[in-house]
Amino acid sequence: MTHKIRDLTVEGLARVEGEGAMHVVITDGEVTDVRLRIYEPPRFFEAFLRGRAYTEPPDITARICGICPVAYQTSSCQAIEQVCGAVLDEPLRALRRLLYCGEWIESHVLHIYFLHAPDFLGVGSALELAKDHRDLVEKALQLKKVGNDIMEIVGGRAIHPINVRLGGFYRTPTKRELRPLAERLRWARDAALETVRVVSGFDFPDLEIDHELVALHHPDEYAITEGRVISDRGLDIEVSEFLEHIVEEHVEHSTSLHGHIIERGRYLVGPLARYTLNYDQLPAVAREAATEAGLGKECRNPFRSIVVRAVETVAACDEAVRIIEEYSEPDRPAVPVPPRAGVGHGATEAPRGILYHRYSIDDEGTILEADIVPPTAQNQDAIEADLRKLVTANLELDDHDLQHLCEQSIRNYDPCISCSTHFLDFTVERR
Amino acid sequence: MAAHSTPKLAVWKFASCDGCQLSLLDCEDELLAVAGAVEIAHFPEASSTVVEGPYDVSLVEGSVTTPQDAERIQEVRAVSRHLVAIGACATAGGVQALRNFTAVDEFASVVYAHPEYLSTLESSTPISAHVPVDFELRGCPVDRGQLLEVLSAFLRKRKPDIRAHSVCLECKRRGNVCVMVAHGTGCLGPVTQAGCGAICPSFERGCYGCFGPMETPNTASLSAALHSGGMDDGTVMRLFRTFNATAPAFEAASRAEEKGAGRL
Repeated sequence: MTHKIRDLTVEGLARVEGEGAMHVVITDGEVTDVRLRIYEPPRFFEAFLRGRAYTEPPDITARICGICPVAYQTSSCQAIEQVCGAVLDEPLRALRRLLYCGEWIESHVLHIYFLHAPDFLGVGSALELAKDHRDLVEKALQLKKVGNDIMEIVGGRAIHPINVRLGGFYRTPTKRELRPLAERLRWARDAALETVRVVSGFDFPDLEIDHELVALHHPDEYAITEGRVISDRGLDIEVSEFLEHIVEEHVEHSTSLHGHIIERGRYLVGPLARYTLNYDQLPAVAREAATEAGLGKECRNPFRSIVVRAVETVAACDEAVRIIEEYSEPDRPAVPVPPRAGVGHGATEAPRGILYHRYSIDDEGTILEADIVPPTAQNQDAIEADLRKLVTANLELDDHDLQHLCEQSIRNYDPCISCSTHFLDFTVERR
Repeated sequence: MAAHSTPKLAVWKFASCDGCQLSLLDCEDELLAVAGAVEIAHFPEASSTVVEGPYDVSLVEGSVTTPQDAERIQEVRAVSRHLVAIGACATAGGVQALRNFTAVDEFASVVYAHPEYLSTLESSTPISAHVPVDFELRGCPVDRGQLLEVLSAFLRKRKPDIRAHSVCLECKRRGNVCVMVAHGTGCLGPVTQAGCGAICPSFERGCYGCFGPMETPNTASLSAALHSGGMDDGTVMRLFRTFNATAPAFEAASRAEEKGAGRL
């Protein structure tokens, strides 16, 4: 008996951060294999952190990802500060959140306009888009730049900021340094509101996901830099309990480890999870923009994640303005963090979702063990599950269109492959 | 192909964090001008449109760490008229070259349950260890202004104006108070190549060497000064052994510390 096999392969996925491939096999009209193959070379951060000083992870782990270094810096600081019993003064905590807002703006705007929007507009890149819509792309670049300006003024540099240390910063900005930023951020908030209107007009394929949604939750704010880990199915744990509930599995086709919730399986982190779990805590201006864009209090269509990212960009601009307006110059740039033996856990909401760090250090501050769980590793199963569902529902499409739909679906998650390698190409095979 | 066609630019990634190629997208004020001056022919992170080579200028990010990448860099060289290595990974092996100081299978077993699924080389090496490189631009990450300068220079067929002097000169020019002299803060500025704008000392911290060694650095003298400022051997060793750990001058300095030979 002969089988009808379709094989769709994309080697070297474009408009994602890092290197990966996709392979889908369809046998007699049924999807028999879906693999997001991650071949980004492993870099072994967790291994070479062993034996380093406890003060070094903020600078070293930043180098895992050029797009979200602040996430790495903040999660690592938090974990080590927990070991050492250090608690940040309020203005330092606010500055950390401000820096993180800068990263959200820069990363979200990069993804919205440069990596994701071209899919909806049928162009290869934002630069091609600029040929007919130069004003739009110029505005996008300026919006992204405001995010980078925060990174530079608070962090010293847009990529791999140099001003972050355990306990706070090396030097804190003066009110005078921050003031011009507030003005630019008010413009940015309007530009982000316009972005919500632009992207909400895109044509979104139908897809409803049933992944467990996991995000940080904080009682007083839309969680970014800290919180408990919660889900829409009852998970509600301290960050220190994270590895008691989540396991990472090493599968053959990937240099990224796959994350699962013990006994329940796949889950999703990132903008859809944050929005759905913490909607009420978004600033009013972001909630109004979401309503106007046709989003409810929940969003489970990953293609609409581009709208959620735009709403979160509004929120980040608004929050950054608030922090700057309320800023009082700290008495000291950092609180002391003397070494102490123990194990500490840190988790923050990287633009792509929860980034967890765990360190074990000795009483002289030497790192004995390091564990890092990046967001894309956690989302890998969800991405594969979505591909399976999409392909099954769209078998009538020819290979070219089906492949494009699959690539677009992968980009819904803004996968950061550089991060997850500890983590894309694309093939669909029809048998 | 027409003789006066727009030059083709390609961007390639090897083992890296993507930060250096992101630096190009971070040129918010200049990106559209760049896109107007060149044909962005191969830049997978930014565009799904790929134009076939050969390319006039290839920017290569990342280090070589797998057998596949050792072959791929040869292919990249073959289709590139000019090849520019960008960033600490491409010019010195990057932070992942810390594996070069230990056995890589030991590293793999710390991170992965099934190291046998991996294909990786013993060492992380710069692009120049594999193919001739036309220019090396330093930094972890590279500086946007310097990246634009190098790109313009290659497009106009002139030498890039990138200075190999130390961070100290930039620091003086900014009018900073010396963090080492005034505050006793350990600083790699005297032996590190300029280009970043002396940002660390401007934020009251010591330089940590992310642009790699300057031309003819006196690392022995600096090591001795760091020790007399109270830094222990391990700390001095780690300072040299981070983002440019296998750049020859920094590697020699960290090995000297290992032997306890850094104190004069």
